[in-house]
Amino acid sequence: MKRSDIRDPDYIQKVVDCQHACPAHTNVPEYIRLIAAERYSDAYMLNWHSNVFPGVLGRTCDRPCEPACRRGRVEEKPVAICRLKRVAADNKGDIGQRMPEIPKKKNGKRIALIGAGPASLAVARDLMPLGYDIELYERERRGGGFMRVQIPSFRLPAEVLDEEVDQILNMGVKTHFGTEITSLAALLEEGFDAIFIGTGAPRGNWLDVAGAEAVADNVHVGIDWLSSVHFGHTEKVGKRVVVIGGGNTAMDCCRTARRLGGEEVTITVRSGFEEMKASEWEKEDAMAEGIPFLNYHQPLEYLSENGKLVGMKFQKVRAEYDDNGRRKLIATDEVPVTVACDDVLVAIGQSNAFPWIERDIGIDFDDRDMPIVDELTHQSSLPNVFFGGDAAFGPKNIITAVAHGHAAAISIDLHCSSQDIRERPVKGVNLISQKMGLHDWSYSNAYDGLQRRIVPQVELKAALSSMSLEVEKGFDAEQAYEEARRCLNCDVQTVFTEKLCIECDACVDICPTDCITFIEDAPEELLRQSLMAPSTNLAQDLFVSSEVKTGRVMVKDEDVCLHCGLCAERCPTSAWDMQKSILKLPQAGGICRT
Amino acid sequence: MSYIKPKVTHPAIAKNELGFTRRDYEGSISTLCAGCGHDSISAALIQACYELDLPPHRIAKISGIGCSSKTPTYFLGASHGFNSVHGRMPSVVTGANIANKDLVYIGVSGDGDTASIGFGQFSHIVRRRLNMLYMVENNGVYGLTKGQFSATADFGSASKGGVPNPFDQIDLIQMALQLGATYVARGFSGDKKQLVPLIKGALSHPGFAMIDCISPCVTFNNHEGSTRSYEYVREHDVPVVTADYVPYAKTIRVDYEPGTGTQVKMHDGSVLNLHKLDEDYDPYDRKKAINYLLDCQEQGKIATGMLYVNPDVTDFHDIMKTVDEPLSSLNYDRLNPGVEALESINASFR
Ligand SMILES: Cc1cc2nc3c(=O)[nH]c(=O)nc-3n(C[C@H](O)[C@H](O)[C@H](O)COP(=O)(O)OP(=O)(O)OC[C@H]3O[C@@H](n4cnc5c(N)ncnc54)[C@H](O)[C@@H]3O)c2cc1C
Ligand SMILES: Cc1ncc(C[n+]2csc(CCOP(=O)(O)OP(=O)(O)O)c2C)c(N)n1
Ligand code: SF4
Ligand code: SF4
Ligand code: SF4
Ligand SMILES: [Mg+2]
Repeated sequence: MKRSDIRDPDYIQKVVDCQHACPAHTNVPEYIRLIAAERYSDAYMLNWHSNVFPGVLGRTCDRPCEPACRRGRVEEKPVAICRLKRVAADNKGDIGQRMPEIPKKKNGKRIALIGAGPASLAVARDLMPLGYDIELYERERRGGGFMRVQIPSFRLPAEVLDEEVDQILNMGVKTHFGTEITSLAALLEEGFDAIFIGTGAPRGNWLDVAGAEAVADNVHVGIDWLSSVHFGHTEKVGKRVVVIGGGNTAMDCCRTARRLGGEEVTITVRSGFEEMKASEWEKEDAMAEGIPFLNYHQPLEYLSENGKLVGMKFQKVRAEYDDNGRRKLIATDEVPVTVACDDVLVAIGQSNAFPWIERDIGIDFDDRDMPIVDELTHQSSLPNVFFGGDAAFGPKNIITAVAHGHAAAISIDLHCSSQDIRERPVKGVNLISQKMGLHDWSYSNAYDGLQRRIVPQVELKAALSSMSLEVEKGFDAEQAYEEARRCLNCDVQTVFTEKLCIECDACVDICPTDCITFIEDAPEELLRQSLMAPSTNLAQDLFVSSEVKTGRVMVKDEDVCLHCGLCAERCPTSAWDMQKSILKLPQAGGICRT
Repeated sequence: MSYIKPKVTHPAIAKNELGFTRRDYEGSISTLCAGCGHDSISAALIQACYELDLPPHRIAKISGIGCSSKTPTYFLGASHGFNSVHGRMPSVVTGANIANKDLVYIGVSGDGDTASIGFGQFSHIVRRRLNMLYMVENNGVYGLTKGQFSATADFGSASKGGVPNPFDQIDLIQMALQLGATYVARGFSGDKKQLVPLIKGALSHPGFAMIDCISPCVTFNNHEGSTRSYEYVREHDVPVVTADYVPYAKTIRVDYEPGTGTQVKMHDGSVLNLHKLDEDYDPYDRKKAINYLLDCQEQGKIATGMLYVNPDVTDFHDIMKTVDEPLSSLNYDRLNPGVEALESINASFR
């Protein structure tokens, strides 16, 4: 099979599972080590560089990194990557001095950003240090987008958000708050060099079943209701509340309802509990607040008496799968179930809406009425108009919005300097040996068998009595240190030098997880079946050396390598070395311009 | 520096009939030099015991002194162990085996431990046909005392300092054959494919089994001019007969198809499939084997593999006509039949 090139960034990035899974490619293992060393400000800045909102994300991120984390393949639970990030944010010192310098002399290019959500803010953060003039238009009076008006403050305190939004605005972004853009054509007239649209997916879906008209006062679209709670327009909810939907919005709705007087708050979903869209931890948090989940409940009808909502009727369904694995929900023979309630919150998804974009100005829309946006460059069919965040491809999450922001900033920067925006800056990688002495490494290589630490929370009673009391208290320094030690340092690579190998088998014998095999070369499929341990995770590469002296090749299955360095410690000739890989990932103005 | 090998394993690691993984047969982390051949032999022993489904508490590992003799600490952590004195492993095994013949005995020794100080002990344990695996981890030097030539070092081979060995070597394989060992094999620590089946056969052999395993000392005997270095052994290794061990359970299954080679039926029903790489070689003929080995030696070849096997064996307990049960399980009354019994025995000599 083809020889692996461990100096290839595309190879390396797959080994660092968490960083690879993070849409913004945050250097997770490095910041975890910094946290273990109590270098919180350094850890914060490393995060900030990639994901722009470490304090926010350390509390709210969807954490695609955690299901990817290697630790979760070796034992049950991944490293608590997300909550470690919060530790860096909570304990950092003054980082004012570390903010990038903003050139006094501007580069003469003007950019408009529409919407002040994470996507637009990330674009601003990347482009301000390059001397761009940035005008930010936002309908609301403050920046932050959904992070501010949707995510309840018991999950994300306003101060945390303010700090990280202000870090960007204070770079000299010209803000136009309270300004809704109602015509893109008009904005285009103003002669901006580029326009970035980060207006989110602002429209909540409505559940149109029988009886809706009669009870409109007590049926609310989840996201509208949450923002109305945020703005103080809604301060109370009925004692009995039904929340319809299984996503994270539903979780925020029900937990908010619990705090506004809802005593019997119930979640109902059409699917099974397992298939619910909400993250595992959001479900757990909702359940911990005494919220029951009724699954396989398909809404049938709003029930009213004398024009007042009294309940919701459901048909129970079961899931059936066709040959293609597609799910179908089939009604059971059971009689419909009625759940009595005073209010219904509908949280069954959001949609995009662009009524303010004229359809004759050169921006193409598809048949679902979504703008056609290039996934790599974020450019629309109008070359100087870019989309990112939920506005680009539908509702996702904050970290994806940030990643879009980075990508769009690169495009805008290339576009404004008349370069081909498809010629993306290249990735790079540095490898640095971690060898300190004969058997000493500059990273803590010992495997710590500790189980995942649990984030402490405030007392339930106190939590439910306040909209703004943050439920999670975050790890203290000790817990953070313990959790940090669970990280396997997947960025410390096992680098193999064929010509030094004497084939003594020491590495094979010592490897705790049977990663290494010396074997006759064969096609990948065959090799995977003939290794020391079954190699079934095709998402993980095989590291294949060129021939060693006996004509065999060394094959290392990256899948469950602990990066423990034992192979290198037991190697008499240093054919194995542990080398830290530092991925150089392009950002606007960074490698992009060099 | 790591002082422990983490207990964590590959999530899909296989288990044997007893429900143990290979890792359950390990000992503590090795303190030998990185790359020492002895560590690979330990790994091969672990693999063999795991594959044979041996219950660890039914194994006793006994050794002398030397780097090789230290290794029992690094495998079979849940088995009995006795790290004895230099060259005295055979007497300790003899005592243990007399007391409890039901354990599986693994004697671990070095070339110094066996061919120098323990040479006398070695010859007598072969003669006495102890049911055991006698493993010599042969590196041609006294590793533990910093690399002096041992008695198995080849004449003329160079020490690390460049001085040629002025003495003739002792070939322990030839010695064992001469003294009547019934299972004699030579392995190489760098070739587990060959070594593991040899160990499995040896552990199933109901008499004295000896494996002379070439095991490079990376620190004192892996240089140019050495005849025990990884490179030299790989170049001069001539596998003569490869063995393939088939456990009893598999032989009675229909899917078992004996290969092209010859089969040795072991006493426990398992089968050793021998495949001759040299047609002239006959692993059942002791005299021919000795001659063949002498020829190889003259030509500077290192013959490895299953060199001689005789499945019809008598062991020490057969010769001594001991009782069926292990002595250790007999109660006091049976071990000490009393004054009257002694009198009657004495009377029989009068
Ligand atoms: C209830 C809820 C909870 C969520 N919780 C999480 C979470 O815990 N973690 C997570 O990662 N994600 C979460 N999300 C998703 C996340 O908030 C969004 O994916 C993310 O904020 C999208 O960012 P964005 O920059 O694309 O747009 P948004 O954050 O939606 O910002 C868009 C901004 O544009 C403004 N705007 C819109 N149109 C105009 C216009 N015409 N003129 C001027 N301004 C305009 C809006 O006022 C808004 O401020 C949640 C979403 C909801 C609804
Ligand atoms: C009675 C006695 N004499 C001498 C020694 C010193 N000594 C320790 S180990 C050793 C030689 C070991 O050589 P070998 O058996 O080949 O083992 P290796 O270290 O090479 O594996 C000697 C001579 C001793 N420990 N005890
Ligand atoms: S163990 Fe650490 S480096 Fe590896 S994937 Fe998990 S968090 Fe990332
Ligand atoms: S670092 Fe080496 S010894 Fe440790 S798990 Fe990875 S391959 Fe195995
Ligand atoms: S001195 Fe030689 S025999 Fe002893 S541990 Fe080191 S390499 Fe092995
Ligand atoms: Mg020796």
